[in-house]
Formats: sequence, C-alpha cells, structure tokens
Amino acid sequence: MRALDIKVWRELWTMRGQVLAIAAVIVSGVTTMVMFLSTYDSLMHTRETYYRDYRFAEVFASLKRAPNHLISRIAAIPGVERVETRVVAAVNLDIPGFNEPVIGKLNSLPDEGGALLNRLYLRQGRFIEPYRDDEVMVSEAFANAHRMRPGDSLFAIIKGKRQALTIVGIVLSPEYVYQIAPGAFFPDFKRYGVMWMGRTALASAYEMEGAFNDVTLTLSSGGSPGTVLDQLDALLDPYGGYGAYARADQFSHRFLSEEIRQLRTMATVFPLIFIGVAAFLLNVVITRLISTQRDQIAILKAFGYSNVAVGAHYLKLVLLIVLLGVVLGVTLGAYWGKELSLIYMEFYRFPYLHYLLPPTAVITAAGVTMLAAVSGTLLAVRLAVTLSPAEAMRPESPVIYRATLLERIGLQRFFSQPTKMILRHLERRPLKSLLSIIGIALAGGIMMVGNFQEDAISYMVDVQFSLSKRDDLSVRFIDPTTRRALHELQSMTGVRHVEPFRTVAVRMRFEHRTYRTALEGVEPGGELMRVLDTTLRPIEMPPEGVVLTDHLATILGVVPGDLLTIEVLEESQPVLQVPVAALTKQYLGVWGYMRIDALNRLMREGDVISGAYLAVAPGDREQVYAELKEIPRVAGTVVRKSAIKSFYDTMAETVLFFSFIANLLGATIAVGVVYNTARIALSERGRELASLRVLGFSHGEIGYILLGELALLTLIAIPLAFLVGEGLCAFLASQFKTDLYRVPLVLEPDTYANAATVVLLSAFVSGVVIWRKLGKLDLVAVLKTRE
Amino acid sequence: MNRTTDDREVVFHASGVTKVYQMGEVQVHALRGIDLDLYAGELVVLLGPSGSGKSTLLNILGGLDTATSGHVSYHSRDLTQADDKELTEYRRYHVGFVFQFYNLIPSLTARENVAAVTEIARHPMAPEEALQIVGLGKRLDHFPSQLSGGEQQRIAIARAIAKNPAVLLCDEPTGALDSTTGIVVLEALERVNKELGTTTVLITHNAGIADMADRVIHLADGAISEVHVNTVKKQARDLSW
Repeated sequence: MRALDIKVWRELWTMRGQVLAIAAVIVSGVTTMVMFLSTYDSLMHTRETYYRDYRFAEVFASLKRAPNHLISRIAAIPGVERVETRVVAAVNLDIPGFNEPVIGKLNSLPDEGGALLNRLYLRQGRFIEPYRDDEVMVSEAFANAHRMRPGDSLFAIIKGKRQALTIVGIVLSPEYVYQIAPGAFFPDFKRYGVMWMGRTALASAYEMEGAFNDVTLTLSSGGSPGTVLDQLDALLDPYGGYGAYARADQFSHRFLSEEIRQLRTMATVFPLIFIGVAAFLLNVVITRLISTQRDQIAILKAFGYSNVAVGAHYLKLVLLIVLLGVVLGVTLGAYWGKELSLIYMEFYRFPYLHYLLPPTAVITAAGVTMLAAVSGTLLAVRLAVTLSPAEAMRPESPVIYRATLLERIGLQRFFSQPTKMILRHLERRPLKSLLSIIGIALAGGIMMVGNFQEDAISYMVDVQFSLSKRDDLSVRFIDPTTRRALHELQSMTGVRHVEPFRTVAVRMRFEHRTYRTALEGVEPGGELMRVLDTTLRPIEMPPEGVVLTDHLATILGVVPGDLLTIEVLEESQPVLQVPVAALTKQYLGVWGYMRIDALNRLMREGDVISGAYLAVAPGDREQVYAELKEIPRVAGTVVRKSAIKSFYDTMAETVLFFSFIANLLGATIAVGVVYNTARIALSERGRELASLRVLGFSHGEIGYILLGELALLTLIAIPLAFLVGEGLCAFLASQFKTDLYRVPLVLEPDTYANAATVVLLSAFVSGVVIWRKLGKLDLVAVLKTRE
Repeated sequence: MNRTTDDREVVFHASGVTKVYQMGEVQVHALRGIDLDLYAGELVVLLGPSGSGKSTLLNILGGLDTATSGHVSYHSRDLTQADDKELTEYRRYHVGFVFQFYNLIPSLTARENVAAVTEIARHPMAPEEALQIVGLGKRLDHFPSQLSGGEQQRIAIARAIAKNPAVLLCDEPTGALDSTTGIVVLEALERVNKELGTTTVLITHNAGIADMADRVIHLADGAISEVHVNTVKKQARDLSW
C-alpha cells in the first residue's frame, strides 16, 4: 500500500468515533432511501404482476338488475376486450362463536371454469364444485380474523333467508387488495367478509335468476375507458345502473395507489435530510482535520506531491466514510425494505411478494450521497490543495474573536469569563453554529414525524366518532323503507335512542367537474349523527340545501351559495339543482348531507329511510345484535366501537414500525451532530482548556465551557425542532390530502416531549463521552507546543 | 551546595526526586534524584540544555505532574501524595504559570484573560492592576490576536500574578520572543519579584538570562550539576543575548 493510503486508513482509525457517527447518519439516509424505494418498486411490481396474472378488470359497474343477454351488447361496445357479469349480494353473516354483527359481500363465480376476470388466488383448500349451492370461498383476511379453515361452516342471511355454507377455499382477489366495507372508514376484517359462491346458487338465493347486477370488463389495448364508460352507462341506465367507473376509481386500487405514492414522497424527503446533515458533518470534520494537518500538507508538498495528489488524499478519506455508510445503508435498507414490504403485503392482501432491490435505488442512494459528501467537503479540500508549502509550514493565523452582540448591548457584566468564551465561540462561526442547530432541529423534527401518524389518526378517529358519528351501532335496511321500521328498533330492550338516515348514491356536478359519492339525509338536531362545521362545532342543518365535506367543495370548486347539480343514481334517477348551504369538516371520505325531510322531498318519495343509528345500553348489546339478525329487512349492522378497535389493531404494527424507525434515525442524527460538534470543539479548544486546567480550573469548570456550548446549541435547537417537525408534518399532511382521507396537522404534547427528550438524551450521551475525554487532557503537552 | 544554615523561609522542599517516563518500550529517566530548597521571594533560574529535566522539575513543582519517587512539599503541603483535586486546588490558589507560547484564551480580551483567573482566586488583585504592573494598562480591551508576542506574554504574566500567587513558575517565557521584546518581558517578571516578593522560578536554556537571578541552578541529565549564587544581580534591562 502506498504511504498516503496508509495515512488514510490510520486517520480513519484515529477518528473512528467521528467516522462512525457520520457513517451512521449516512446509513440512516441510505437506509431510508433504499427501504422506501425498494418497497415502492416491490409493491409496484408485485401489484402489476398480480393484476396481470389474475386479470384485474379495468372498468366496473353495478346496477339494479339486467337480463343476462345484455352481456352481448356490452361486449359489442368498441374497445371492450372481455366482459364478465356477476351477481353481487350484500348479506348478513352469522359466524359460530362470534356474537357481533358481521356483514358480507357475496360475489358470484361462473358455475364452471373459474372467473374470467378478477380471478382468485387459491391460498388454501379448493375451488367450488360446479353447481354446488352450499359451498363458498372466503377472503384470506376474513378467514384469518376468525381462524377459519376449509371445512368450517358459517351462515349467510341472503334476502332474509338463513343459509348454511361450507368454506371450501381461502382465496385472495386483485379486486380486494384493500378490503373495506361500503361506507366504512377503515378495514375491519372481523366484521366484514368478502366471499365467492357459484353463480346459479347465488342467483337463486338472491332472486337474480337469469340476471346480473354487476359487470366488470377489460379494455382492448389502446381502448380509452372514457368512451367505454359513457356507452356502458347509456346501456345500463334503463336497468338501474349506478354509474360505471374505471380502475383508477376502483376503491381498493385507489387506496393502494395512494399508499404507494406516499412511499415515493417518503423516499425523497427523509433521505435528503440525512444526506444533507451528513454533508455538513463531513465538511466540519474534514475542515478541522485539514487545519490540524497544515504542516503535514506542507511537508507532502515540499516533497513533491502534487496538489491533485493531496486533494485526492482527503477526498479518499471522505469517500471511504461514504462507502462505509452506503454499504451498511444498502444492507440495512434492503433488510428493512423487505420487512416493510411484508407489512404492506399483509396489510394489503397480496398473494406473494416480488421483493426487488432495484439497482437504480442503490445507484441513486450511493450517487446522491457521494455527490453531497464531496460537495460538502470540497471547500475544505480546496483549502488543502491551494495552500502553498511555505504558508502551510507556518502556524495558522490566530483566531479572531470579538465581543458578542449580547455584550455590545451592555449585558457584559452579567457574564462570567467562561460564559463569554461560550458566547464568543458560537458567534465567531455563526454559520457553523447555525448548521449545528439546524442539524439537531432536523433530528427532533424527524422524530416528531414518527409520532405524527399516530396523533393524526387518533385525532381523525376522535373527530369522526366522538364528535360526529356517535352511535353505538348503525343498521342498514336491504331496501329503503318507511319510518315505521324505526318503531321496531326503538322497541328492542336496551335501545335508548334511534335516529334515521337516508342515503342515496349521487353524482355531483359543478361546471365541468363531477364527483361520485353518497348524499346522506340526517335527522335535524340529531344526537347520534352530527354534521360539524369547519371549526368542529355541530351545524344546525339548514332546511334546504346541501352541506358538503370541505374537501369535496374543493374538488368541485364550489363555495356556499353556489348551485350544485346532483344526479341521483337510484330510484327514478332525478337530476336536482341544490344550493350549497355550508361546508363540514371531515377527515375521512367526502360526502354530502341534507336534512332527511328535505332529501325525501327532493326524491319525491315520502318518509323513506335507508337505515338508522342506534344508541344501546352497554349491557344489552349482545341481545340487540341477536335480535337484529332475526329481522329480515336488515342488510347489515356496523358496531362502531369494535370497528375502531379493530382498526387500531390493524394499524398498530405499521405505526409502531414507523415510530421506532423515526426515533432511531432521529437519535442517530442528534448523536451525529452533537458528538461531532463536541469532538471538533474539543480538538479546536483542547489547548485552551488544558491551559485553563493548568491555571487551576477544575474538570467541571472547563467542562462547563465546552459542554455549556453544546447545551446552549441543543436548547436553542429544541424549539426549532418543534418548528421543523411541524413543517415536515404539514408538508406530509399536504402530500397525503386526497378524497379518501385528509391527514390533519395534529401533534400531541407527547410528541413534542418525546422529540425533546430523545434529543436531550442524545446530547447528554455525547456530552458524557466528551466529558470523559476532557479528563484525559494532557496538561504538560500544551505548555510545550504552539498551536 | 545546600546552605543548611539558611534561616529564610523555605517555600519548596524537594528530596531525592526522580521521574521516569515509560516511552513505548524504553524508560526515560528525566530526573535522577533532585535535592532542592527554594526560598520565599527569591528569583531562581533553572538553566540547562533541552532534555536536562528542567521542565519536568518545574511541572512537578507546579503540580502538573507527580514524582516517581522522592518527596516534594510546598510549605507543609505534600505534593507527592496529592490527588488531581488537591493539585487543581493547589494550582488555583498558590501557583502562577507563564508559558513559552503564552497560552492565552483567544476569545477573551486582555482584561478578561486575567479576570478568568481572578474570578476563581481567593484574594486576587484587580485585572487592571495586574495589567498595569506589566505595563499594559492601556490595552485592556484588546483580544490576543490584536497584540504582539511580547504584549501577549506580558498579559500571561499579569494573568499569572493577578491571583497574588506565592510562587511564579515560568517555562521559557522569552523562548518565542526576540531579545528586545524578551527583555521587556523579563523586566515585568523582575518587577513582580521585587515589588510583590513572589518566589519566581524561571526556566531557560539561555545563559544570558541567568545574570538577573538570585541563584542559578544548572541541570544536566536529570541531576543538579551546579548551583551558583549571584552576588551581584544584573537588572533585566542590562541583559543581552
């Protein structure tokens, strides 16, 4: 090995503490980048393969009922490749050993030969035998939630008739990667099950013989969904079509796409922070190294080493640190990427995971890091290159200090000499002090992001379920019915209060913008369903007009007072002109609300309701569930509390994973910045501190001078960390704003406290290490050496 | 060579002091049995070539280092048995140091450099007064980077004497200065010794300086080779080298 290369290795070893601290920050950056990018690529690739292999449809439509022969006319629409019609039934389920209400969705499968589109991946068991009317296949999420196996049985209440069914297979479907009950806010695998049954059997049970109520199709390549959708709508309209939509609007697909898009954001924001901090740290460390090695540089040059050789020597040092960080980061990122992908795979039901570590992710991570590191240190290295040997032989010109601003405005008398030393040292290098503060602040900010998710979710749930929807359970009838049905519910033991609702599927239109959603009629002055204004206070529902979710108003571009066109997609399909009366704050979904009587009037239908919200005494719930199952009209019951709990259970793992990683990474940055800042300060000021020791200052007193500076930086950084955290969270919240959900910018005091604590703890640990080094200062050496 | 009949107050008493450094695999005998008394108010020059052990001796007297064997006491205080805390306290209240390279705190002004020490001392003089003594009463608010080498060294002296130490230890105080500036610095030391009566030990390898001492102790190879008493002390301004 050449002598200079040996020097590189020795110096890396001598500075190992700092090298490791910097490498750890680089590792964090590369890890997050590789983790998110590889998860992104893996999910994209897995989804694509899954969709293709299992023929996920491209256009979807449901309708009331159409004769089977309509399929040939659908197939004849130009641009359509394959069509499949189905019978889809909303049912109540009765799971032995589980008392709470469970709702299900039964999809028909062709009696023979398997599905043409949206094919099933068989995880366990077998497919249904042709024409069997007592066999079903259930989705894996549902099966797992209830520990069901092939051979187990359950009961479905189809059109009021209770039917015993045997599970023969456990399956996955590209259509239900994200499984959520219609109208629900989050997945609940225990209380919502997707199942498949033979066409003939389901049609007969659901009174759909010779007919279908659902159609899916694929497009021939080059076919545009737009014209197909229009023609399909025209075709289905007479049969009670609810409006066709493309894959982009398919719920499961949309949700998944949204999540994947978020990964992309994360893959950009976080690594940039880490790599920025690493570049800064490298700059600081290399600058110091070069200034302590002036004489060595001079001698190298005097011996005839070229500027390029000297520059390359220091760049090598930088690149080796980067290399260490990149290798560890890629390894760790690949490992965590796989873990994260597995979490996603389980949360979203994929049959398999094609985990990919895309070379582009590795190259991007390595390239970006190297670029940042080199540009971060270039100035310092340039200094080494341009130093003339004669100049380099001389000691560096003395450091110039001056009185700080605080002193110049007359506060001088309040400071002891050590305190003045701290302040002047900080002020002498304002940029460096500022960057250290920013580095620590970023560390705290990242930790806040880790807990933000949990805070935001709690808040969303709280707003949705404590302030707005406050029922214990909601009941939905198979068909709209009259208010008389309420008496039956009201008369059940334990039911304290009943409030009706009416929902209709609608398409809202304003100017050229449209949006498909539901319009809900609510009881004015209701207690169980309250519509909140934008400050979260209950709105007095206006006698006329519609109240829109604020985000829906944004999508449609309407403000209160505008006249909205509402195309009802049910019953007689009236087209209504309704003024927007007010906006309501909601974080989950987008809907429109009206007074139930106003909606009934517009629908010209009399006192019709779709379902009811119930408040039930806690002790009587089991009894109420059991009684509801016996009412044939009831299509489904949703229990609010269990739904929330199950949601938290589902989210817990992901939330914990993110919070753990964010805290770990944040602490890495905090330690990296504080430790390096302290190490440099010790190196720059060791002589001065040793002199003070000689003059009779105690270990504690010089510790104050050095660590007081760090403490000050850290304390200044903490409020800034809060700002950075809020800023980052606000940015993420703005990125995650969709019609599916809006993430509110809510940060709990705990989140602030956690970030501050971890930052302080990291600073404290670094402080202890430096404190011990201070105890080993060589007092004799300083007397005999010049700076 | 020992004036055992001397009735002056003994400040330092050293007997049989040795110091052995372990340098890698070899042992370096820096001091090989030093016996020495230093008296109150005297100005002693330790003279010797580099490696003769004079700095090691000064460091042991100043509580920066401890002897390997032998005995050193300052008044009744045993320095050989003291721990780090006691040595810190000893340096803080009793000893004034002047270094070859000044070792000023660059972020503090002349006045503040002195104040840094007076703030932790027991009966200090005002920083301004100490600076007055070394002739820098007019440059109180200058930072070290704004002062010449000689001026910086005189601040170091002011800093050393401001706590009213019993003993002033100077390690090559003129080593980094030209002779004209060096003499100004020595004049300051001479004045402190004369006016405040501070026992002063001055290390140098420059024989020209020895003429201003009460006693000159020659060191060679870690041992005292000769002690010379100046019957006639030269004034610092009359020195030359």
